[in-house]
Amino acid sequence: MNKLISDKTKQVLLGPLSKNNPIMVQVLGICSALAVTAKLEPALVMGISVTVIVAFSNVIISLIRNTIPNRIRIIVQLVVVAALVTIVSEILKAFAYDVSVQLSVYVGLIITNCILMGRLEAFAMSNKPWESFLDGLGNGFGYALILIIVSFFRELLGSGTLLGYTIIPSSFYESGYMNNGLMLMPPMALILVACIIWIHRAKNKELQEK
Amino acid sequence: MDTNSNGYTLIYATVMVVIVALMLAFVSGALKDKQNANVEIDKKKQILTSLRIDTKGKNIEQLYEKYIVNGLVINTKGEILAKSKEEAFKIDISKELSKNMEARRLPIFVAQIDGKTKYVLSLRGTGLWGPIWGYVSLNDDRNTIYGAYFSHASETPGLGANIADPPFQKQFEGKHILNDRNEFVSLAVMKSGKKAEGKEQVDAISGGTITSKGVEAMLQNCLGQYEKFLQQSITGGNKE
Repeated sequence: MNKLISDKTKQVLLGPLSKNNPIMVQVLGICSALAVTAKLEPALVMGISVTVIVAFSNVIISLIRNTIPNRIRIIVQLVVVAALVTIVSEILKAFAYDVSVQLSVYVGLIITNCILMGRLEAFAMSNKPWESFLDGLGNGFGYALILIIVSFFRELLGSGTLLGYTIIPSSFYESGYMNNGLMLMPPMALILVACIIWIHRAKNKELQEK
Repeated sequence: MDTNSNGYTLIYATVMVVIVALMLAFVSGALKDKQNANVEIDKKKQILTSLRIDTKGKNIEQLYEKYIVNGLVINTKGEILAKSKEEAFKIDISKELSKNMEARRLPIFVAQIDGKTKYVLSLRGTGLWGPIWGYVSLNDDRNTIYGAYFSHASETPGLGANIADPPFQKQFEGKHILNDRNEFVSLAVMKSGKKAEGKEQVDAISGGTITSKGVEAMLQNCLGQYEKFLQQSITGGNKE
């Protein structure tokens, strides 16, 4: 086990959760963070799908990294990602139809997620498959983490529910509490992400720009 | 080997594309039957949901066979073209809507629930971002709505997407789509507090105005096609 999880690989796996988070620090994948976070459930499934796809496309690209012609490397990466996304979406349609109906366009949107291309280009092209796999997992989790935090607040304050179950008791509504419809609008996701980045940077002083 | 030469790049791209294409074709071919079966089961589930049948965790095929006893295919003049539930099931309403009024074939599913006949009519329209669709079931007076089911492809979650939730759909139960003079008037989907002229109404979704308007237009357009069929009940026309 020591060989599999060394200090470097640990850094690769856990770094993206905080110090090197794709959304908070690298500010990648913002568009999908806006689109799928109005409710917790699609955010969860999206987080899992992205994690799986980024991990496996990282492995594939890392395996063939020495054969890829430099001039068309972005195209090669794109083809690998698009093929994986298509396969995942086909499998969802065949074996988890309800989930695929719920995600509808979001699955296809994974192709355009900048985190994937960012990780392939920055990491998988110059590292071994195992590290690339861990890097994919780490970044996928880092992305999923922010999605879950943002969608948690948006669904709770916007609809008063979590995963579709009502959380805010009806006595609150009777005494004048109202769901905040603004929470469900895309700009609110951006504001929440900004708040998270703010708190994160306040705690990690080394991330602050001079 | 020089991985940057033109020849290598060309061959690499070609081989890669062929491999990926073969792989995708294989996956799609292998899963096609399973996906089509899922789509059919989903359609049956939607029809059953519009009949207020709880489908959660149950065998959809069995329920469908049990409750749906017959199917009709009619045209907009109210003439019956076929009497078979397979024929009715096969019709793709979105294709029919793109045809001329006279050429359209409209499906009706006939259900028996607790000894009473219900008719399920098919709907399709447009919301804010994409298509919306649904099924409405009517009592045997062909006027009172028994249940309604709506769904959508990509409406805004938490706003327009709420048309797919039970609280919105429950409102339709018991509403009438014909007026006292037996004319088709549809239903209004509007802000609570406002009053619709000459027709019954349900509350629209706040923040989902365009989707709500889409549902209203869909009811008007799609149920309107069945007008002759709906009126036949009271005038004593061809009953089956």
